[in-house]
Amino acid sequence: MRTVLKGNGAVAQAVRMARTQVICAYPITPQTSIVEELAEMVSSGQLNSRFIKVESEHSSMAGCIGAASTGARTFTATSSQGLALMHEVLHWAAGARLPIVMVNVNRGLGPGWSLWADQSDSVAQRDTGWMQIYCQSCQEVFDTVIQAFEVSQRVLLPSMVMLDGFFLSHTCEDMDLPEPGLIDGFLHPLCLPHKIDIAKPAALGSMVAPDRYMEFRKKIDLAHQQALDVWRKVDSQWSALTGRSYGLLDEYRMQDAELVLVATSTPASTARVVVDGLRERGIPAGLLRLRVFRPFPAAALRNALGNRKKVVVLDRSCSYGHHGAFHQEIKSALYELRPAAQPELRGVIAGLGGRDITAEDLEEMLLRAWRNELSEAVTWWNTLPEAVLR
Amino acid sequence: MHPEQTDYDPRHLHLSQQELMYTGHLACPGCGAALGMRIALKVLGQKTVVVMPACCQAVINGAYPYSALQVPVLQVAFETAAISAAGVRAGLDAQGQKDVNVVAWAGDGGTFDIGFGALSAAVERNDNIIYICYDNEAYMNTGIQRSSATPYGAWTMTTPARGLKLEPKKNIVEILAAHRIPYAATASIAFPEDFSRKIRKAMSIPGTKFIHLWVSCPTGHKSEERYSIKIARLGVETGVFPLYEVEQGFQYRINHEPAFVEIKEYLKLQGRFRYLSEEQVNAAQRNVEWEWKQLRAKIASGDELAMQHQSSDDARRISLANTSLG
Repeated sequence: MRTVLKGNGAVAQAVRMARTQVICAYPITPQTSIVEELAEMVSSGQLNSRFIKVESEHSSMAGCIGAASTGARTFTATSSQGLALMHEVLHWAAGARLPIVMVNVNRGLGPGWSLWADQSDSVAQRDTGWMQIYCQSCQEVFDTVIQAFEVSQRVLLPSMVMLDGFFLSHTCEDMDLPEPGLIDGFLHPLCLPHKIDIAKPAALGSMVAPDRYMEFRKKIDLAHQQALDVWRKVDSQWSALTGRSYGLLDEYRMQDAELVLVATSTPASTARVVVDGLRERGIPAGLLRLRVFRPFPAAALRNALGNRKKVVVLDRSCSYGHHGAFHQEIKSALYELRPAAQPELRGVIAGLGGRDITAEDLEEMLLRAWRNELSEAVTWWNTLPEAVLR
Repeated sequence: MHPEQTDYDPRHLHLSQQELMYTGHLACPGCGAALGMRIALKVLGQKTVVVMPACCQAVINGAYPYSALQVPVLQVAFETAAISAAGVRAGLDAQGQKDVNVVAWAGDGGTFDIGFGALSAAVERNDNIIYICYDNEAYMNTGIQRSSATPYGAWTMTTPARGLKLEPKKNIVEILAAHRIPYAATASIAFPEDFSRKIRKAMSIPGTKFIHLWVSCPTGHKSEERYSIKIARLGVETGVFPLYEVEQGFQYRINHEPAFVEIKEYLKLQGRFRYLSEEQVNAAQRNVEWEWKQLRAKIASGDELAMQHQSSDDARRISLANTSLG
């Protein structure tokens, strides 16, 4: 069914159609309308789910952990400070190998207060063991939430699905909403092997001595490696049903590209226009959109970026004192290429706290890289001179 | 008006012979928490999930892959006992398993302090769980540091001899009564019949139920292991720890009228109180009398309210209406 939805609306529809059994959530701008729409769906009976209206994001994740431990399909959504508050229990969810799906609407962290798009919140949760998928359209948000339920329950890792605050959460787009039967046929029933079972009493989450702890952690790492393949499979199964697939990496005019922009989320859709424009001017530009950040598709990145001349990685966050996280990680992946195959790599930090990343910005970044004018490893894009901020 | 047998009488002790707690647990000798769990499971039975945050019991239960309990245990983050239990409840309910007791079993640190926000929220939502706080009156698991449940005059590692805790213990049951919780009660390991009756009652009431269980801790109270029950009983008989219950946040009932033994008999068996001056002991004694006056006043006003209205439900409705208007 063709319809028009905001990014947040697409999330709520996906949660409904996945027949989510337990929702624990706390409102935060710009995620709020997800919570409101789900509350309406549960109250009106469109969604047969238990919705625990918690007092904090810490409790929303803790509640999800309790519910998911019983084998129930579980969802929450948050943003920014809320995600930061959850940090402790994010580790718990992944460590307990629970297939919780969470949507994080990317937003900056204070101080000073920022309500606007920024990836610092989710990037800071990189090492918690969660899978992280960054979306660029409302359709992709819907499709990815459904895919995330399936992948998470196959690999027993939680999924965090990202959409940009306001740029996507509050933007209406034309999209296809599948018939409920299609989702029911796509999603397998959730069978958690270690669920709480009265007939088989066990202690979950107990203390683990040094002689076993590492093995449990290694299993999380292995699950991430296996998850790369599961994402590919689930994505192609989804494609067979809907005609839509996204891949781990989304390539645009990459075949003969010598100048590549690596971007995530909504700036990547702006970048398509820029790539087209540069191509018209004879510059062999291409776009590589990093969609699945965890599990990290290192080999696919090497394949896509090896032997290119110049690569610019766009980060909407900064690991202070060093690069943006995507830049760092792509650099580490490319290190394994033989030197001759390594592209010249530059990082650009742009768009923090919701600052617009326009087509003109992206074009200028690429042109400057092409003309060897990005001299530094990392460039903070178009920031005011220091004197102005004093 | 109160038809059930409420007063403690050891002749009425009839606990199940079934043991759902193994003997090989890791509690210190004389541990009141372990005894509390043993009694509780006899009443709760096999269809129970125990949700346990970081606390002594999380250690007592044993490290992976062992468990001292013959019911499922979910260990959770320190401050999340109430919401984790609510999550388990929601998950089980969603799958039609409504006949399972979901019990949050947390220490005083996880209840009075770090987990208080989550507890308050669960009670306000009236999540259908039984929350049992076993209170050993300090952070015993980390080696005896003060909590807001530590009583006046107690030594701990963070309230050392020259800086004893001089603030009174937080009254958790009062705070939860102010939430209009359907059922809240105090209990003591020295009164197992009273404790087990309260668990049975909690099992029969929908919504959030809270039991505040006082437990001895020889390690942290600096007391002799053989006196664990004696000290717990003296806590009740001196009036320091009254055994009572509150329904719907207003209807109070004393479950055991203490003998009001002098408080020094209770204090002298515990090394943690050895630094108190005579004047401070007298102050503690006066405080017991003051607390009992307040408690009896609440009983009187609750009884009056209940008399004025046909049923406690009626009174509760009016009470709730007044609250929302107020």
